[in-house]
This record gives sequence, C-alpha cells and structure tokens, in this order.
Amino acid sequence: MTTLMQKNYQHEVILVGEEPHPPYQRPPLSKNYLAGEIDQESLYLKPLSVYENAGHHLRLGVRAEQIDRDKKTIRLSDQSALKYDRLVLATGSHVRTLNAPGADLKGIYYLHDIADSDALREQLLAGKRLVIVGGGYIGLEVAASATKKGVNVTVLEAAGRLMQRVTGPEMSEFFYAKHSNAGVDLRLNTAVTGFEAGDQGRVAGVTLADGGTVPADIVLVSVGVVPETSLAEAAGLPCDDGIIVDEFTRTEDPAILAIGDCTRHRNLFFEKMQRLESVSNAVDQARTAAATLMGEEKPYNSAPWFWSNQYDVRLQMVGLSQSHDQRVVRGSPGEDKGFAVFYLRESHLIAVDAINLPIAFMVGKTLVQQRRKINPEILRDPDIDLKSLVIGPQTSS
Amino acid sequence: MGTITFIEHDQTEHVVKFKAGCSVMQIAVDNAIPGIDGDCGGECACGTCHVIVSDDWFRKTGTPGDDEEQMLSMTPERTGTSRFSCQIVVTDEMDGMTVRLPEFQM
Repeated sequence: MTTLMQKNYQHEVILVGEEPHPPYQRPPLSKNYLAGEIDQESLYLKPLSVYENAGHHLRLGVRAEQIDRDKKTIRLSDQSALKYDRLVLATGSHVRTLNAPGADLKGIYYLHDIADSDALREQLLAGKRLVIVGGGYIGLEVAASATKKGVNVTVLEAAGRLMQRVTGPEMSEFFYAKHSNAGVDLRLNTAVTGFEAGDQGRVAGVTLADGGTVPADIVLVSVGVVPETSLAEAAGLPCDDGIIVDEFTRTEDPAILAIGDCTRHRNLFFEKMQRLESVSNAVDQARTAAATLMGEEKPYNSAPWFWSNQYDVRLQMVGLSQSHDQRVVRGSPGEDKGFAVFYLRESHLIAVDAINLPIAFMVGKTLVQQRRKINPEILRDPDIDLKSLVIGPQTSS
Repeated sequence: MGTITFIEHDQTEHVVKFKAGCSVMQIAVDNAIPGIDGDCGGECACGTCHVIVSDDWFRKTGTPGDDEEQMLSMTPERTGTSRFSCQIVVTDEMDGMTVRLPEFQM
C-alpha cells in the first residue's frame, strides 16, 4: 500500500484484515513489545489517517472467507462481498501447533499476534517457571525478554543445536553460551511428548521422550509456522507449502497476486523456488507486487536479510546459508568487538551472519547480492578492512 | 509540533508536520515519502533509511553511534552529515529542519 501511495495508484484500494489492528510490525512481539518497553500504537506501520488521506480503505476485524474467481468477488465473514479487479493475497502464516496429550491445558501459549504477546506478557512475572518448546528465533527472543523480567526459563530443543534451521554451528554455540550465562536452562536433543496437568486444568509440567518431566507454570510452544494458504487452495490456486507465485508475484490467475510468508515464490536471486519467513521478503515482494499492479514489470531479485535481538546481542544476517560448503569466521565470539561468519559455496559468498558487527552485515548485503567470488583468507584476516572488499581492488567475480 | 522538509533526489520537496518524540524515519513513513524505506521498523538493523541532514541542522541531530557509523560507512552516497533517520528522534528544536534523500537505499 505504501508503494501504491508513493506511485499515486489511481484505483480504489481496500485492505481486509482478520485482526482488529491496522497493519503492524510483528518482530517486536517477541522482543521489546513483549517486554513492555513500547506501546501498541508504536507497532502500527502508519497512523490510520495516512490510509484515509490516500483513499485506501481498511476493513479490519473481518475475515476473507472465500474467493470466487469467476465472479471476481471475495466473500467476507460479515456476510458482505467485495468485487475486485486485482486481488493480492498477503495471508501470512499461522503457528504450527503441537498435537500432544495435554496440549489444550491452560497456561500453554503460542506467539503470533498482538493478542498472543499481550496474553504472554501478563504471565511473565518474576520467579515464575517458563518452559519454551523450540529453540529458534522466537523461542530464544522470548527467553531473553523473559529472563530480563526475572522469569526462570528452560528451553527444550529437539535438534542438536539452537536455531539449526537458519544458521551455522558457530552461531548456535554463541547463542547457547549467551543464554546459558544469562541463567537459561537449555536442553538440546530433547523431544517433548506432552503436558502434565496441575490444578484447575492448568499446565504443571512438560513431559519428555526420555521419560523425564520439566515443571512449568507457563509454557510457550514456538515450533515454527505454516503458510496460510487455505483461501488460495479452496479457490483452486496451485499451492505447495505456500501459494505458488512467479518473480512478479503473480499466481496462476492473472488477476491474483500473492506476497510474503504465505508464498512459495520465484526470486531471481535463487535457482530454486523459496518460501521465507522474513520481513525483508514480505516488504520486497510487496514492492514487486505494487510494480506489477502499476504495469511496470520489475522482477523480484534480491538477497533476503534477517535480524534478531537477544540481550545485548544484535544478530544481522543476509542471504541463505544452508547450502554452503565453507564457513569462515572473522573475529572471536568471546570478544566485545563482534564477530561474523561468512558462508561460501564454490568460493562465492552466499550468506553472512554478523554479531554486533554491522559493517560485516552491510558489506555482506553488497557482496552476497553480487554473488562475489572471494578469497576466504581476506574475510578471515582482521587486519584487512572489510570495506576494501566492496571498494577496493582485491576481488573479482 | 514543527515541520520538517524532505527533499527527494529529484528535488521534489515534501513539507510535513511532526510531533516531538518520534523518529525522522517514522515521520517519513507516516507521510509515504518516497525514498525512505525503513524496512526493519526503526531498529538500525537494515540500513534503508539513509538521509543527508543539511549542514546547519546536523549539530542538533547529534552524531551517529558506533553501530550506525559502521553501517553508514558502507552506505553509497554517504556524506559528512549522513544519518539513519530512524536514529534521529525529533525535538521541538528541529522545527524547520531540512533533510535530503539519497538516490538509492541499501
């Protein structure tokens, strides 16, 4: 909508949203909003007046129930209907739930929207025992936020290291040490089998595959998300763990676009189709969709980036590291100066993870986007200024 | 309350009102000013809200912190009065300030 406003799009724009809130930032829900450091209004992307002034209408608290592609109409939960010439699906994702015995006990929380964050915050009182199922971004960000409030936190992770899906072992070890030093009880290779009931239908513990139990006053289940494709699927649009869209965000139906976490999309930067849980992907696809709506064809072609804040640590990442064949560490995880891990595939830089070292992230943003071939020794040598990789003559692709 | 002027790279001017206490990035986003992205929402995490403060006002905005400096140092079109606009919290003293926008954000 922002890009359409900036480009002075001349057609009526209506946003239908199931939640009662105008569009808002989700990243703070596990960080400073959860910690009570910022208020709800500061999450909103824009004040309501901006939409009004641009002639964009918000239909909030109303769910889109069905798409009729022949009549180009969507039916809403208040039984009204909307006609469309072009439709953009930005349905995001929903949390993956844990179907284990006791999963419906009181005191078990998920974290996806403002209401979830508000509900969890009320429970985060000093001295309480919070057990977090899942050691990914969300689980660890909550662990940091809760620890700051004096909550006793245990994290249960089924895999052999933290954040395994998104980062390399050096980063996993760094965050393990960080949380461990802050007093978080971290248990890897620990599978959850269910939840034990206490008084009045409240959860009292989490049961483990090894037969043990971890006592709990509160449980957060943070085991990932599932793309929200039900509306698209019911309308017969091709989906495969995400709504299938091309590099212009077009679905198979020329009148329907889809963007963000709900898509499995073509990004010319990658060889394969991608599904990403990422702010940068959502924003970049939105800009691509706006261009498509304006009749400009600007294919999506950019390296995604990510960030996370935990304690005094800022993690900034660019690119996707999973297919790397070489890792290069610059700096030392123990030092205050920050450090970074560079991921290479066939000598080309494909991703950078930087801890309190924004320069490595910014250099990475340029070099990863350019798929630059780089001598790993240069990346490793702290005496060589990283800036010279972008500006200087050392490398060529 | 006050006003701030954003000058796009193509010299288009936008004069907008602000309330003290919010960031220059938020003011730009609230007013759909083209040329400032602010993708991370104001965490100094993405480097997409670069502005060039006019010389007379730079002193009032303060100097970049270490993280901001590292990121600015890699920003194309960086000048001596460059800032990330999410890191400038406006005060009543900044009434009348002018900032220029670069051609591209990172």
